[in-house]
Amino acid sequence: MSSQIEGTIIRISGPVVQAKGMLGARLYDVARIGNLGLIGEIIQVDGDIATIQCYEITDGIKPGEPVIGTGEPLSVMLGPGIMSQIYDGIQRPLPAIKDVTGAFINRGVETPALDLKKEWEFEIVAKVGDVVSGGDVIATVQETPAFLHKIMIPPNISGKIIEIVESGKYTIEKVLAVVESEDGTRHEILGYQRWPVRIPRPFKRRLASDEPLITGQRIFDTFFPIAKGGVAAIPGPFGTGKTVSQHQLAKYCNAQVVVYVGCGERGNEMTNVLEEFPHLDDPTTGLKLMARTTMIANTSNMPVAAREASVYTGITMAEYFRDQGYDVAMMADSTSRWAEAMREISGRLEEMPGEAGYPAYLASKIAAYYERGGRVEILNSKEEKTGSVSIIGAVSPPGGDFSEPVTQNTLRIVKVFWALTKKLAEQRHFPAISYLESYTLYWDVLKDYYKKHFSDDFDKLRTRAFRLLQEDNDLQEIVQLVGPDALSPAERITLEAARMLKEDYLQQNAFHPVDSYCSPEKQAWMLRNIFALYDKMRELFDAGVDLKDMMENEIFDKIPRMKYEPEIEKLKSLNEEIQKLSPTNFEIITI
Amino acid sequence: MSVKNELKSYKTVREVSGPLLFVDLQGRGGVSYGEICEVVTGYGERRRGQVLEITNDLAVVQVFEGTSGLDTKETSVRFIGQTLQIGVSEEMLGRVFNGRGIPIDGGPQIISEEKRDIAGNPLNPVAREYPRSFIQTGISTIDALLTLVRGQKLPLFSGSGLPHNQVGAQIARQAKVLGEGESFAVVFAAMGITAEEARFFQSDFERTGALEKVVLFLNLADDPAVERIITPRIALTVAEYLAFEKDYHVLVILTDMTSYCESLREIGAAREEVPGRRGFPGYLYSDLSTIYERAGRIIGKKGSITQIPILTMPNDDLTHPIPDLTGYITEGQVYIDRALHRKGVYPPINPLPSLSRLMKEAIGKGSTRVDHAALASQLYAAYARGRELRDLVAVVGEESLSDEDRLYLNFAQQFEDRFISQGYEEDRSIFDTLDLGWELLTIFPNPKRQLKRIDEELIEKFYPLNRDPNYNFHDVNA
Ligand SMILES: Nc1ncnc2c1ncn2[C@@H]1O[C@H](COP(=O)(O)OP(=O)(O)OP(=O)(O)O)[C@@H](O)[C@H]1O
Ligand SMILES: [Mg+2]
Repeated sequence: MSSQIEGTIIRISGPVVQAKGMLGARLYDVARIGNLGLIGEIIQVDGDIATIQCYEITDGIKPGEPVIGTGEPLSVMLGPGIMSQIYDGIQRPLPAIKDVTGAFINRGVETPALDLKKEWEFEIVAKVGDVVSGGDVIATVQETPAFLHKIMIPPNISGKIIEIVESGKYTIEKVLAVVESEDGTRHEILGYQRWPVRIPRPFKRRLASDEPLITGQRIFDTFFPIAKGGVAAIPGPFGTGKTVSQHQLAKYCNAQVVVYVGCGERGNEMTNVLEEFPHLDDPTTGLKLMARTTMIANTSNMPVAAREASVYTGITMAEYFRDQGYDVAMMADSTSRWAEAMREISGRLEEMPGEAGYPAYLASKIAAYYERGGRVEILNSKEEKTGSVSIIGAVSPPGGDFSEPVTQNTLRIVKVFWALTKKLAEQRHFPAISYLESYTLYWDVLKDYYKKHFSDDFDKLRTRAFRLLQEDNDLQEIVQLVGPDALSPAERITLEAARMLKEDYLQQNAFHPVDSYCSPEKQAWMLRNIFALYDKMRELFDAGVDLKDMMENEIFDKIPRMKYEPEIEKLKSLNEEIQKLSPTNFEIITI
Repeated sequence: MSVKNELKSYKTVREVSGPLLFVDLQGRGGVSYGEICEVVTGYGERRRGQVLEITNDLAVVQVFEGTSGLDTKETSVRFIGQTLQIGVSEEMLGRVFNGRGIPIDGGPQIISEEKRDIAGNPLNPVAREYPRSFIQTGISTIDALLTLVRGQKLPLFSGSGLPHNQVGAQIARQAKVLGEGESFAVVFAAMGITAEEARFFQSDFERTGALEKVVLFLNLADDPAVERIITPRIALTVAEYLAFEKDYHVLVILTDMTSYCESLREIGAAREEVPGRRGFPGYLYSDLSTIYERAGRIIGKKGSITQIPILTMPNDDLTHPIPDLTGYITEGQVYIDRALHRKGVYPPINPLPSLSRLMKEAIGKGSTRVDHAALASQLYAAYARGRELRDLVAVVGEESLSDEDRLYLNFAQQFEDRFISQGYEEDRSIFDTLDLGWELLTIFPNPKRQLKRIDEELIEKFYPLNRDPNYNFHDVNA
């Protein structure tokens, strides 16, 4: 279709290569560099000179070696075999690379993104004569127990099916159907399709998000929930819990598909996911987490240009799953490394630097990326169907300073801000998410859902909890100035209740088998019990019970154990126990 | 191929700038990116350099030994058609090399078993094995609260004048895995440290008889700064060989990473790159990761690489780009604290800003002891509370404290004096460390109430006053 262009290398600077004789080469087309044919992408065209970012190490490449412009944009392969896989930033499967080059990743490995030999059981759901257009499903493959892969007509094709195979076992290269357009062109529909990573996949229209993405994490679900199709950022200094939070979301959020992008972070963290996910169960379906997860790992020491591409590879896959009508969650850890990759490439191009050395287009790239999230009405000629992509991006601000450009430009776009703080992390208050600084803009559209599905009083409990945390904050300031002596007994009760809320509710241990996931129902009961006890403490105090005596009661030992309690019934009976406490259980001091 | 060498010799240095040479290639080409060259001065001295940027006409070369004495007239540059490699061999154990990998101990040349590119290739995440085995360092604060794990990268964050070298040497000397007699080696890379510091390490290794299991690479303060760029890479190339070909458990000590980063900054400045924070190049994170990520374990291989990079934080500033970016890559950090040092505490490790991210999977029944995690969490919380109250006392006076508060104050003091403090030669077993922690917790007379981070069952069994005298607590399965 598109013709190849052959040029010659004239300059090499790290991942950036320039070649002349490239007249006719297009921006974002893939180029093969040097005698080794390293993979790169054209990122600038000026006359007959093309600037290419190379996805592999350029050591040993010389000026004068050839460059071939392939005429094809950088794309991903989308079809059965994609689920449970782990790819590098340009969708090369890491297990296959390992088979070729061993434990260390070598250059110039060529492996298809999807297994071309494997036969899948295709269930054909369309027939000859059907008039179809982009997004219509012609077949399904039960790819994993948790994932029904829908084989769709690619977005840009429409017409009438003039040939179709029977249901059966085929490889993904099998021509499943032939579609004839009105102008008579025939399109072969294979088991997979390709899509250029830098172009958002089309949909019919955007829809408002009105359902929460439940995460099983109390601080998120109760206080700062994200909607399905929403976008959230989780910035924080090193070691505060970005990765643990992203892993928790990947494990427990109630999306049907998870795309996890390890972008410029640690190798061991990806290994951790690879070792854990095949053994962990999805709390919603009970099936193995790996069966709904696909991963991209372009770790910090892997080529920086491929890191730049990795988030696009990830989001394109996420959109493809969305187009099948699924709720997809995509995690990117960390978007700062992606931004830094852009900065590094831009520096090599000697572009005019903007703030902190980032290119001037940083803000628009970040915005465009998060814009690819959302809840939409998907392409489809028959009925109204929806799908969503929720995006949760980690941000790693230098020195933990949120005023830096990546954090700021991200906050301008996202609707949920989960602020990790060093202070809480050092107190080992995990998740170290600031309950005072964080926010969500989705609560108003979600609260009815909470009311309907979880509990009537959720909004009320939540509001009370916020108020208590604020009061606590004000009182703590007084303590810091004049010492705890200055507080009245009523204020001490408030502090005590706030302590329970912080320690026994907000703190959630990601590594505890029970506490790691907390259902919204359980969240409601835990909150209810804390406030029941708070009210009871005030009542007892008014009846003349001394605070210290009160605190000796064993009920106070039961509150911290709630989070480790798997049975909600036990939390209900604890509530009764709290209600039953009366001044008669205590010695009364009469004044 | 045979004409390559003549073809690639140039006497056309256009400019000398900082550590860089700009060589006019006169359109002859044939030089590759990353290629190594030999630079010969007017008076016949040979140096080595590497191509940082290349066009048909121009090669930008960084000279490892520095550019002093180089000129545009007499200096000649010969490109040797290879990227930077080092010969590796088991024979390197017990030997001392300069920062470029050349022996400086007067011993014989190394006959290498294999030549390897020092840049190394990234380890495939699917080939990694998640690090899980506990390394006992014999230092209580580390073992109990910041457990070091085989295959981990755990830096020491320090400041000038603090005893980080002592801590590093003590770890190297005492590190062991319980109940295993496997081969252990240390690869030590010095970058820009003083001759005295280097001597300290060397004599410490010698004194303890460890030297024959140590490979030393020394780039000292008065050695060329650019050489520092390659020293850690050479060291890690040797470490990878020892670990993944020869089954050694290798502990790599890299000191001082601050000098390394400063060299990188110098080169960036000479190339007139757009600087990032505090003048460091924007790619500092990526560059450091190609060093730190070379720690780990590989599925099916016996050996491992554990890294202890040491860095001195300029002005003790944790937000300085060097500790900051390091912390973003490594798996935790051990914070050497000036205030503790001033109080005379050795090793002055402050657990509060420190963290070992791989700890949780490497401790507990079977590897250390069942009470480890809970005890660590309790010690940490009690110490944090004690320090907080100490600060409060400084503002509002001790009078406003409750009796309970005073227990915490006392605990913090005892914890510093007895738990954190230990001798430079003192090698505590993990059991002694954990038991010492329990002993300190007896400051709290009502454990079930006051030790909230520890399950009742564990208190039942391990709280000193509850202990069964006939039971063996010094066992990983206790
Ligand atoms: N919810 C949690 N429960 C228990 N521990 C946690 C939790 N969140 C974080 N931690 C602790 O904090 C450590 C650091 O967390 P994490 O690795 O997620 O930090 P990070 O913000 O991703 O850091 P970096 O930017 O360096 O990657 C973890 O190793 C763990 O010990
Ligand atoms: Mg992280």
